[in-house]
This record gives sequence, C-alpha cells and structure tokens, in this order.
Amino acid sequence: MSFVQNVPFFSIILSMFSGIVSSMLPAKAARWVNTCLIVAVGLMSGILLVYLTNTGEPFVYWMGHFPAPWGNEIRAGVLEAGMALFFCLIMFLSMIGGRRQLADEVAENRQNLYYILVDLLLSSLLALVYTNDLFTAYVFVEINTIAACGLIMIRQIGRTFEAALRYMIMSLLGSGLFLISLCMLYDLTGHLLMSNIKESVALLVAQQEYTVPLMTTIGLLCAGLAIKSALFPFHSWLPDAYGYSTVSSAAMLSSLVSKGYIFLLIKIFYRVIGFEIIAQSKIINVLFIFGLLGMIFGSMSAIQENDIRRMIAFSSVAQIGYIYMGFGLGTEAGMTASIFHIFSHAATKSLLFVAAVGLTDVSKGRREFIELTGSAYRNKMAGIAFTVGCLSMVGVPMFSGFVSKLLFAEASIGHAHKMLPAVLVLALSTILNAIYFMKTVIRIYVPDYRSDCKTITVKNQKVYALTLLCFMVLNVALGMLSKPIENWIHSGLAMFG
Amino acid sequence: MKKNSAFSRWFYGEKDTLLGKVEMKPQNGHAPRAGEIRELMEERRLIREHIYDVEDNQKLRLFHRLYQAAAVVFCLMLMLIMLVVVSWLPENGDPDNPVNNEVSARYIENGLQETGAVNIVTGMILDYRAFDTFGESNVLFISTVTVLILLHNKKKEKKTSAEGGMRADKSIYEENLILQKIAGILVPIIVIFGIYVILNGHLSPGGGFSGGAIIGAGLILYQNAFGFEKTERFFTEKTYKWVCFVSLTFYCLAKSYSFFTGANHLESGIPLGKAGAILSSGLILPLNICVGLVVACTMYTFFAMFRKGDF
Repeated sequence: MSFVQNVPFFSIILSMFSGIVSSMLPAKAARWVNTCLIVAVGLMSGILLVYLTNTGEPFVYWMGHFPAPWGNEIRAGVLEAGMALFFCLIMFLSMIGGRRQLADEVAENRQNLYYILVDLLLSSLLALVYTNDLFTAYVFVEINTIAACGLIMIRQIGRTFEAALRYMIMSLLGSGLFLISLCMLYDLTGHLLMSNIKESVALLVAQQEYTVPLMTTIGLLCAGLAIKSALFPFHSWLPDAYGYSTVSSAAMLSSLVSKGYIFLLIKIFYRVIGFEIIAQSKIINVLFIFGLLGMIFGSMSAIQENDIRRMIAFSSVAQIGYIYMGFGLGTEAGMTASIFHIFSHAATKSLLFVAAVGLTDVSKGRREFIELTGSAYRNKMAGIAFTVGCLSMVGVPMFSGFVSKLLFAEASIGHAHKMLPAVLVLALSTILNAIYFMKTVIRIYVPDYRSDCKTITVKNQKVYALTLLCFMVLNVALGMLSKPIENWIHSGLAMFG
Repeated sequence: MKKNSAFSRWFYGEKDTLLGKVEMKPQNGHAPRAGEIRELMEERRLIREHIYDVEDNQKLRLFHRLYQAAAVVFCLMLMLIMLVVVSWLPENGDPDNPVNNEVSARYIENGLQETGAVNIVTGMILDYRAFDTFGESNVLFISTVTVLILLHNKKKEKKTSAEGGMRADKSIYEENLILQKIAGILVPIIVIFGIYVILNGHLSPGGGFSGGAIIGAGLILYQNAFGFEKTERFFTEKTYKWVCFVSLTFYCLAKSYSFFTGANHLESGIPLGKAGAILSSGLILPLNICVGLVVACTMYTFFAMFRKGDF
C-alpha cells in the first residue's frame, strides 16, 4: 500500500484534531491553525488526485484492524479527491475574503469558537466525500448540521437567531428522514456498507421482493437530502440564513454545506442503489419537476428582492434547482452536467457573496439597491468581481456558468419525454437570471457621486482584492477548461462503479 | 506598465477613464416635499393594517385555515405511508431476516477474541466501528460549542445582571434542607455508580455514554441542591475545557494510531489482556473513560448554560 493512500484518513483526522486543539487556543492562533489546516488538506488532496489519476484505480482504506462490513472503511476515487481539493480551495478563499467582516460582526470571545466550527465543518465535509458507509455518513451529517447552525447564529442579531432556528428545524427534519430511510435500508439488506447494500438491492430488485418499502426508502432518502440542500419547496430557511449570517458563513453555507449533501446523494445514487435502478424509478421524475419549479420560482423571488444579499441567496434556490433537474434526467450526461454545476455554482456563489460585501461596505453597510447606486466606482475590484460573478451566473461564454448551462442543454436534447420542459425552463430561467443580475450590475455602475460614503481602492485592501482575483481566475478556468474537467468527471463516475 | 497610463491611474483610484466619456446621465435625485414622507408612511401603515388584519381579512383567514388543514393532511398522509411501509418490512424476529447475516455473526462469535471485550456492544462501538463513535463524541463537542455561542454570557456583564439572581439563589439554597440532606447521601452514590458503569463498560452492560450520563445527572443534582457557589469550586469553564480537550485529544491520538496501523496492516502491539479482567481489551477501557468524561461535562455544561449562562 502506498503512503499516499493515507491522505483521506489524515485529512479527516487532522481537521477534527485541529477543532479540538482550537478550543484551547486564543482566536488569533485558532485562525492560524485553521488556515494551515485548510492549506494542508488542500495540498494533500491535490497529491492524492494526481496519484489516483496516474493509477486509475479507486482504493478502500480500513479505519482500524477489521475489514469492511465489520469495521469502518473509507474510499477514495478521482471524483472524491477532486471534490476535497475543490472544497478546500473554496473554503480557503471564503475564509480569507470574509476575515474583515468576521472581526467586526462576531464578538471577540466567540471568535475562536468560529474556527472550531469551521474545522469540524471541513472534517464533516471530507467525511461525507470519502465515506463508504451509510452510518458514518449519518454521523457526519449531524456534525455538518450543527456546525452550519453555529455558523449562522454566531453573528448575534435577531434575524440570524430566527434563521438558525428555521435552519435547525428544517435540517433536523431532513436528518430524521435520512435516518429513517437508513434504518429501513438496513432492515431490508442487513448492511450499512455501501457496496454490500448495492449488491443486496440489485438482488432484491431482480427478485422483485420488497418493492414497496425499497422505493419508499429511496424516496425518503432523496427527500431528506433534498430538504437539507434546499430544493425548491423546502427552501424557506435559506434566504435569511444566507442573507444575514457573516459573509464567510454565507459563502461556505451556499457553496460547501449544501454541495456536501448533494455529493452524498450522488454517491448514494451510484454506490448504494445503483444508477440503473434510480434511472428507472419514478423518484427522479419528482426531483425533475421540483428542480424545474425551483429554477423558475427561485429566480422570481430573487427578482422581487430588494436586498442584495437575499437576492443572491434566492438565486441559490434556482441553481440548486438546476442540479436536481440534471439528476431528474436520469442519464449519465445529466449527472455530469449536475456535477459540473456543483463546481461552477460553488465557485460563483461564494464570489458573489464576497464581492457583494465589498459593495455594501462602501454604501454605509446598507444592502438596499437604491443605496448601492454607483458603488462599483467606489470599490472597483468588488464591482468587477461582482460583474464577473453575474455574467457567469447568467451564462455568458468564457465563464463557468455558460458551460454548465450548455451541458444541461446537451443532456436534455434527445431525451424521450423531458427534453421540451427542460430546454424551455432552461431558457426561461436564463432570462430571469439575466433580469435580476443585470439589473444589479447596471445599478452598481450608474454614476452617483456620494461624498458621504468611503471609497475602497485595491491598495487599501490588498488581500481582499487578491481573493476576488483568485475567485475570478477560478471561474474563468472552470469556463475555459471545461473539456478536461468533463472527462475527469466521467472517469470519476466510472470509478464509482 | 507605464506609471501614468490610463490603467494604472484607474488601478490606483485616481481617475475613472469611463466617467465623463461614456454617455451616461445620472438621474435627478428625487427630493420628497415636506409632508410627503409622512403621507407615504401613513398610507403604508394603513395598507399593512388592512393586509395583516386577521380578524377582517377574509383571504388571510382562509389562507391560515387552509394552511393548517394542509399541514394536518400532509402529516396524516406521511403517517399512513410509513405505516403501510412498515407492514411491508420483513417480519420482526424471523431468523431468515436479512439482518441476521455474516456481519452480526462475526460480532457475536469472534467479538470476544478480536476485541477482548466481554460486552459485545462496547467491543463493536469502540473497536470495530470506533471511527463512528469518535464522530459521535465530536457531535457532543460541537453541540457544546454551539450552546456556548448561543448562551454564554460575558464575564463582565455577569456581575451586574446576575448578581440579583445569585442573591436570590443563596436564600433558596439555605432553606432547602431536605433536598440538601438527601442530595448529600445520593450524589456520592450516583457518581460512584457512574464511575462503575464506565469502568466496567467492557465487561457488563454500560460504557462511556451511559456512565457519563449518570455522572452528569449526579452533578446536576448536586448543583440544584447546593447552588453554583459550591460547584464553582471544582467545575469552571477551565475545568470543562481541559477535561474535554484532554479526553478528546487522547481519543483522537490513540485511535489514529490504531487506524493507521490497521489500515497499513501493521501490528498495533496493544495487549488485549485476559478476557473478563478489569484491565483488559486494549484501548476500550481508556476510550470509555474519555467518552464518559466528555458526556458528563457536556451534560453539566448544557445545564449550567441554560440555567445561568455561565459555569
């Protein structure tokens, strides 16, 4: 066994250990530990990715002295390693980009607690990515939920408490459904290990046994994870949670937490139930319809919104709708498009949140559109970054959003029943996206000389500007290197086996 | 890059090259005349009153009714679906159920040899599936962190706001003689029982989670009878932090060693000892103690946070 194969285990344990150690450290040291941790895990995941691309074989890793169905086990393939690397990258940029706001908005005696939450959030995301066991997944879903709740309410104003409460209720409902379906799946198959469940499920389907409970179980599983990742009718917790929490939290919640659950769902589709069984079931039709509805209604709510942060939050609902629409197509191409959209949405949405904060900062902290008039002249870097994010979200070529829209359109063309609705809603949603994003861009570029607002130049905030630049480069890179990434997603899905 | 080029001037924020050259017409600012704002506010208030007037607004009332009815119908449907599904599940207690497979067979048959723990459940959660259990203790840790975020008062504020409460506390505690006498007898027994449950976790039913809960309950009873002044002598924020830190760190390091050796197929070199002896079954006993300490501290901390907002 090569030493590189220890990377998944090292990254999970290291992030948990940093969380534990941070409880004894002052805020500044905890911040250093956190930064070093994210960089270290990112580097290790990068090495693992290179190693896996060279060998081309996924591997399992025993957590202890006992083989899989008895002991715990984690598993790594190309897609898992890449996801871990990407999560670290986004988390690093979000933490750096929101550092100033964090210092202002979080009470001093709670700042080291914030870094504990982030460390443990990273560990849970990594565990969700690497897990090969449904119960391990559930344990880390719990950590993820509680950490996300803490991230929302650590900025202590009334709206965040309300948002955290809503998030808690909805998210626990999702966890509960996930747990129930887990129990039933165990009852039907006698296993918790993903590969063993897949064998038993294939057998059950072939023998036509237990069809009713099996389908209900899969349905509950999908519903649970859909609630947690804010699919359209379950999105009521989202706008306040993303809109009022401190900006690092908002960026991480929208681009990491919900994506972690979606990745778990993909993993369950491929490694627990089997993609053919999912593709033949009626469940994906429900996901498809809710995805389409989310694409329209998310954008409609965003158009009506008068608060820039909440508008970006509502746009997340639409984008999550895209991802579930891709699942709903039930084809390999749809899945690829969805996974690509996970990357592109994560990169763009965190960019938008971080850039929006730069714009509100030069408008006396107000977030209403009328106050933001001309803010792009007062903070040029944030203005450019926000524009790039908007262009990407709308789907202008060269940026990542264009590629994911193209992939979705390609995936739906030629689909037996779902081609027409998918393409139509895709077009409609693009127009709606353009309405509210371009409205904002025009608004921030309307000249308005306000002497009462401060001006931020690149020189004032070098780190912030650099962060935005990295985000923009990431966005353009995703948009320009789409073919290698697509091939890589294909090989990753093949490794799911 | 030239020092005075358009780009560098734009970059350093001296001049925006677009301003004044591109055709753009700033809108005339809208200056509301005197009284207009008040009129608008009044109008807005009237509209709000009209819309949110639940008594008279037919539509709103209808919506609330429909909402409640839909919620009830939805819950009933979900219950019905779940009941139907349960009726389709394999019959409880049937030996041919899928649950009775090689997984549980190995736990039962080889558990004692492989883990050295007489109590199979403990062997399972702290040896076979120790990673999940480490996750669970981290769930406890992170939930305490969130409770601290939510409820922990600043030390300086405490002196003014909680002083009245403390004084009231004192008088209550002095009067409660019966509770104090009985707690004086019960608390030592409860705590000793908790320690027994933790230390015998690998030999008899029990273990870190249950034993820790018992000790935590004992601490809470002690606090209720004697007040925070007494508990503060041995349990402060510092105690909590150190206990949690030391036990979780030990758990993390010990289990990392065991995971690492296991995955790389090395001998761990930890002796399993003689089955049934108190010092046996390798790492399980110290891990049980760690989990027990974390659980006890978490329980007491939750209680103290909800009660007073401080330790």
